[in-house]
Amino acid sequence: MQTRRETLKQTAIVAGLLASAGFPQFAHAAFNKAAFEAKSVQDAAKAAGASSMAESKDVTITAPDIAENGAVVPMTGSTTLPGVKHILILVEKNPASLVAMFHVSDAVEASFTTRAKMGQSSDVYAVAIMNDGKALWAKKEVKVTLGGCGG
Amino acid sequence: MADPMRIRAQAAGDKATVRVLMSHEMESGQRKDASGKLVPAWYIQEVTATLNGKQVLSAEWGPAVSKNPFMQFAVKGAKAGDKIAVTWKDNKGDTRTDEATVS
Repeated sequence: MQTRRETLKQTAIVAGLLASAGFPQFAHAAFNKAAFEAKSVQDAAKAAGASSMAESKDVTITAPDIAENGAVVPMTGSTTLPGVKHILILVEKNPASLVAMFHVSDAVEASFTTRAKMGQSSDVYAVAIMNDGKALWAKKEVKVTLGGCGG
Repeated sequence: MADPMRIRAQAAGDKATVRVLMSHEMESGQRKDASGKLVPAWYIQEVTATLNGKQVLSAEWGPAVSKNPFMQFAVKGAKAGDKIAVTWKDNKGDTRTDEATVS
């Protein structure tokens, strides 16, 4: 089990590496393996191209307070801000945090709903990555009464 | 070939709400079978949507998306009669495209 302190430390190291290496932009269509293997919300957002993280009221995450079945938890990530590049939906305590990453275009609204598996009660995050690399997030706690991973 | 997707697209005002229900196992790679061996991950990695042939949305999914995934989004400027097509591709290379008309 990773402690919060270790996670923060690792995040700082990763951020430092990325900053010094000049973070490479991923090709648009290629599957972003690094982001989907990242264990923490911060790492996943960084791998998806975020440079800084900030909580924002303009980003919303919609999910139930209590999910009876962790295998199917509906969640919506949305924002009203213009200039959004990606919308990420993440579950903090899943083996890999990132659930889905939506690439926003001018032709669609920056609001996406999907259903995710949750292994245990956890905070869920919606992260909006803007065109300038800023990541704005919102979180919500979801209690799971029956786990969905490895059950 | 996997089962067809169910796609509903309904125009309301200057946008159309699209709901997609895909048929896919979405195996997470965390689960063990009866003999204790890990079941290999098998999940949809890429989803794209087009409006009248022009791409409007792409998404990358991880194994944490639920079995038989559901997705909802809204396309700006879509009118009744427009064609919405959705394509997915999984990590084994299987792919499927289905089309629906906006109503």
